[in-house]
Amino acid sequence: MRVKKANAVQEPLFHLAKRSEIAVWKAWVIRLAVILLGFIVCGLAAFVLIEKLQDDPSKIVDFYKCFYKGAFSTSRKLWKFLKNMAILQCISLAVTPAFRMRFWNIGAEGQTLVSVLGCIAVAFYLGGTVPAGVLLVLMFVAAVLCGMIWALIPALFKARWNTNETLFTLMMNYVATFLVSYFLIVWVPSGSSTLGKLNYGKLPSFGHDYLVIILIALILTIGLYIYLKHSKHGYEISVVGESVRTAQYSGINVKKVIIRTMAVSGMLCGLSGFLIGAGLDQSVTTESVGGQGFTAIMVSWLAKFNPLVMLLTSGLISLLNSGAAQISQDLNVNGAFPDVITGIILFFIIGCEFFINYRIIFRKRSQSILNKEGVK
Amino acid sequence: MKKYLALVLVLVLTVSLFAGCSAPKKEEAKQVKLGVILLHSENSTYDMNFINGVMEAKKNLGLSDDQVILVRDIPESQECTDAALDLVDEGCNIIFANSFGHETYLLEAAKKHPEVQFCHATGTMAHTANLSNFHNAFAAIYEGRYLAGVAAGMKLNEIKEAGNLKGEVPLMGYVGAFTYAEVISGYTSFYLGAKSVCPDVKMKVQFTGSWYDEKEEKSAAESLIAAGADLISQHADSMGAPTACENANIPNVSYNGSTVDSCPNTFIVASRINWAPYFEYIVNQTKNGEKIATDWTGTIATGSVVLTDVNTKAAAEGTVEALEALKKEFTAGTKHVFDTATEGFITVGGEALTTYMADVDTDPDYKADTEAVADGYFHESEKRSAPYFDVKIDGIELVNTAF
Repeated sequence: MRVKKANAVQEPLFHLAKRSEIAVWKAWVIRLAVILLGFIVCGLAAFVLIEKLQDDPSKIVDFYKCFYKGAFSTSRKLWKFLKNMAILQCISLAVTPAFRMRFWNIGAEGQTLVSVLGCIAVAFYLGGTVPAGVLLVLMFVAAVLCGMIWALIPALFKARWNTNETLFTLMMNYVATFLVSYFLIVWVPSGSSTLGKLNYGKLPSFGHDYLVIILIALILTIGLYIYLKHSKHGYEISVVGESVRTAQYSGINVKKVIIRTMAVSGMLCGLSGFLIGAGLDQSVTTESVGGQGFTAIMVSWLAKFNPLVMLLTSGLISLLNSGAAQISQDLNVNGAFPDVITGIILFFIIGCEFFINYRIIFRKRSQSILNKEGVK
Repeated sequence: MKKYLALVLVLVLTVSLFAGCSAPKKEEAKQVKLGVILLHSENSTYDMNFINGVMEAKKNLGLSDDQVILVRDIPESQECTDAALDLVDEGCNIIFANSFGHETYLLEAAKKHPEVQFCHATGTMAHTANLSNFHNAFAAIYEGRYLAGVAAGMKLNEIKEAGNLKGEVPLMGYVGAFTYAEVISGYTSFYLGAKSVCPDVKMKVQFTGSWYDEKEEKSAAESLIAAGADLISQHADSMGAPTACENANIPNVSYNGSTVDSCPNTFIVASRINWAPYFEYIVNQTKNGEKIATDWTGTIATGSVVLTDVNTKAAAEGTVEALEALKKEFTAGTKHVFDTATEGFITVGGEALTTYMADVDTDPDYKADTEAVADGYFHESEKRSAPYFDVKIDGIELVNTAF
């Protein structure tokens, strides 16, 4: 009896326990509830930060309307939303194979940027001298090659010398940015370092300007899903991700899988870079990828590295971005405010995954749980 | 109760009477809707300067909240075209973009919507684009820089007289962004302003390769100070150079806005472009159904080129008066910054500058195409609004030219 009492005193207010199993529907209810909660907190933050809302609280409705308005209110906005989502989806797909292998490639930003650079370099030097179709093919090849090379460098180092891939791929991003700065200085003799939109190398379009990009993203999503779930390569990736030892024991050449998978990741970044370079900007700046290479990591992670679920997460992030921009425009607030909004919601989403995986057991409850178990 | 009802009724009637009076006036002003595309937001001094300009114009013209839309954080990419088209959907009939790299993307939107006016700050393509609804604007900021240079020259004279020069001759240091005409025109006019009062002055220019890089700008200023600069100025947007000056107690002539709060001992004066007159101009022209100039260059006279208050604690005596007198000369049009007629004022390799072909028209080969020297001066910002003076004159040494 005395021993038990001493135990009770030492027991903390609450402790965390890993959930063994949670029903899928329950997990989704929690996720939806948390996202809703996130939006409510956003509203509160807006109310505290924006004076206009304090003067007229009914405007809070406008605040929430912005999320709809930013993405769906006109057909142009809808296309733009789908296009943004498609590009983000492509880059997210690109990081996924490596992530499934537990190869923490955070260099998608640089890999995509180098691909844009490669693709635009071809258009800059060859534009007007070769037929448009040939030019596009060459731009595509250049983009894919550049992305692949940029991804292979850290992969080779990892396979050969077991270097830290996270640091390596991160630093390659900076190298890519400076490479773009360098070429802009070489290409633009006036010194403005602004290339501007080139007249060559536009990805042909049908229907709507952005339709091709959206279709490519969709095809890629299904293709990668099949590759990861139903091919031998995909299986090998999963095994290496689970345990390198197991993979070695079962006769998988781990080095080969690492290099091959990073090559695939890099090529997909290359394709994304091609879509940005030829499909949208027809130019390159250090901001051409604009941080989407990093956002993609979150999109992929939130979707548990499942390409189909990624459609949901990339959609959600794109919706947040367009809504936040609309809020800045309609309520005329500082450009930092949209970041606050997206930050709050992402914080809730990421936090929610924690509560799906773990549960909090408070002192009293844990006692009763223990008792219950004792009864059993 | 009836009394109250009557009172309310009377009030409603009075209000509606006034509303009736002002209604047609409002209707007229409602015709204009201005959309402004910004590269960044309030956090950047460059964009803040535009936002202040829009707000001042809005106030002066009595525009309502829904007649002005600001769109922030639009990169120099396809997103700029999309943002412009979105603004057309919102019913804007004037769309303005503020960054050099927006231009080619704004042009795309201008081609699609001939009924909407598109105005672009700092751009170079309007006069060759053959589009009646696409316009460029800039300000004769070189005049402001010249005035700031005069303040710098007077300060150098004061240091010289006190016997506190670091070297034999007065030396200025200048932190620039890129070796781009806008920057070259800026530092040359600053140098000429100083030279006009302090004839033996020399200048060293160090480039950072970025429009905004606080660390680089600070270290560039520090290395210029270490190289013997008696005074520093800059063409870059961060607080890097002013901070370095305050730390080393070296006088600083700033840009884009006053830094007197952070640098009370070293800040002398700053020149900046005030965009409000241009916003007022484009709104008024559109409202009256008149054409907007293809190239519009704001001046001291239009109120577009302004100087901040002189910090008398750091500036030489008599600076305020000297600047006032010069401003009058510029307003009257009798003073030219790039004066090629006065002997020994502007020389290149020891020779006087009598002819110069400038690259005014945008083409893929960056060909020099227009004679800019005539009537004893270089005609800056007259052939187009954006600066094109990129002559490297004697007295200015470029420390690095990689950018």
